[in-house]
Amino acid sequence: MSTVTGVSAADQTPGPDRRRPLQSDTASTGRIGDRLFGGAATVSGILVIVLVTLIAIFLIVQAVPALMDNSANFFTSRVWAPGGEQPAFGILEFLWTTVTASTIAMVLSVPVGVAVALFLTQYAPSWMRRPAAGLVDLLAAVPSIVYGLWGLIAFAPVFKPVQSFIEDKLGWFPLFAPTGISGGTICFIGVVLAIMVLPIVTALSREVFDQTPTAHKEGALALGATQWEMIRTAVLPFGRPGVISASMLALGRALGETIAVTFLVSALADGNPWSWSLFNGGETFASKIANNASEFSNPNKTGAYIAAGLVLFVLTFVVNSIARVVIERRKAFTE
Amino acid sequence: MAKRIDVTDLNVYYGSFKAVEGVSMTVEPRSVTAFIGPSGCGKSTFLRTLNRMHEVIPGGRVEGKVMLDDQDLYASSMDPVTVRRTVGMVFQRPNPFPTMSIYDNVAAGLRLNGVKNKKTLDGIVEQSLKGANLWTEVKDRLSKPGAGLSGGQQQRLCIARAIAVQPQVLLMDEPCSALDPISTLAIEDLVNELKNDFTIVIVTHNMQQAARVSDRTAFFNLKATGEPGRLVEIDDTTRIFNNPTEQATEDYISGRFG
Repeated sequence: MSTVTGVSAADQTPGPDRRRPLQSDTASTGRIGDRLFGGAATVSGILVIVLVTLIAIFLIVQAVPALMDNSANFFTSRVWAPGGEQPAFGILEFLWTTVTASTIAMVLSVPVGVAVALFLTQYAPSWMRRPAAGLVDLLAAVPSIVYGLWGLIAFAPVFKPVQSFIEDKLGWFPLFAPTGISGGTICFIGVVLAIMVLPIVTALSREVFDQTPTAHKEGALALGATQWEMIRTAVLPFGRPGVISASMLALGRALGETIAVTFLVSALADGNPWSWSLFNGGETFASKIANNASEFSNPNKTGAYIAAGLVLFVLTFVVNSIARVVIERRKAFTE
Repeated sequence: MAKRIDVTDLNVYYGSFKAVEGVSMTVEPRSVTAFIGPSGCGKSTFLRTLNRMHEVIPGGRVEGKVMLDDQDLYASSMDPVTVRRTVGMVFQRPNPFPTMSIYDNVAAGLRLNGVKNKKTLDGIVEQSLKGANLWTEVKDRLSKPGAGLSGGQQQRLCIARAIAVQPQVLLMDEPCSALDPISTLAIEDLVNELKNDFTIVIVTHNMQQAARVSDRTAFFNLKATGEPGRLVEIDDTTRIFNNPTEQATEDYISGRFG
């Protein structure tokens, strides 16, 4: 993660030729192997940056003309009629659905994932640890269509009574107001997404928790910490950056998850009234684009969808940046 | 505050492997007892049984009796957590909590004990850092990470952390082996001061160190390769180094082996 090892003051001290020693390529001996590997690594690094930039440029170039023609407010409108003489489209509904479903997924999966990871690394008997870890890694690799199928056929009937129960008891609260939709509600999508990303959170958190130095754990135990107190003083702080990274990866997958969501969502009819309810239907960015991929008939219409894709792109970018800031802020304390 | 340790006929096992056999000794309160002996002779293993830290290693268990004054450390009603709050430990490599500041490192044990009052914490942190001869060096940067200190300062921070919870006994497992001579000297001076308040047991590979800091010295050795370690003899340090009873001790301290 962000742990830097093998750093010493000598790394910063300029040599006689006033060059800093051991900085990137200057540590190279100039031999063919060094040059080849250094070159390959540099090219790969640049390539990634170029690719991301190109994708961003592509999205912007394609989206701008459509946005210029848009007669509705792109951010606050709930209309989606991108074709025709007077195109009008806004992303409010997709933004709401995407963000709330992903938030639900995170709220459910991160605590549970961290708890499972702690169980596997700190509590589980040693004969169980390896097989269970392998199983979790395997789950993380299950294709999302499988989760979609499972959600539709096996999980939806189970979730229905739960939803009715909550609507019954807490329906007075706007977030839980009944809407008459019972299939692919935002809440249901969120729960399926949570189950889907849970193995990701678990697998990565388990990896970092497992690497907590014995010295730190023993330090806590020798102070008279109980198992849980030891976890709180040594394991969790050590694993924190890793857990944040894991959550970001999971969130990235939840935000952009397409096939399972497309499978499950209840699309809303045009002109339906706005509702804050989590038991409302609604499309996410990804499912909207996927559902309408066959309609990309003219550049302006396509541009509208690409504009929506651009928002999703920026959204993931912002979320990841925030996570980086959170990790960097305490970097001095993580070495 | 300091208590006497009485060990009777102690065997230590890791799984089915017998690591240490038949140790009996008494450690006087407010004294420094040094454990010396060749690598792998079980002195660190035995040290860890004095605060039940050996139980952290899978399969670790003991037979025999360890009494702290009139408390049986291995009584079935005795919680290892309680034992470790009474018998503190400092490790071979300095291990301050990397995510915590200097202040929080010292306060860690107190917070585990439920001390929340800021004034109380401030007082004990200052007193513990002074007790570890570190206060003047860090008093202006208490909120900086503990891992940013030098090795010797980190080790003194760990000692401050250990004494902050007011243990009866302080166990030190080769506390200077990762430190330079100057830092080592600082720790040795500190041990000399700490023995006014604590019972101290120190494992060391450095015989001069044992001679410098300890009142009593215990020599551990293996019977033979593959056999469990055992206590050869324990006596006043001056006697061990000048006129030991056992030939094996004589051989070891005069450098004939080990």
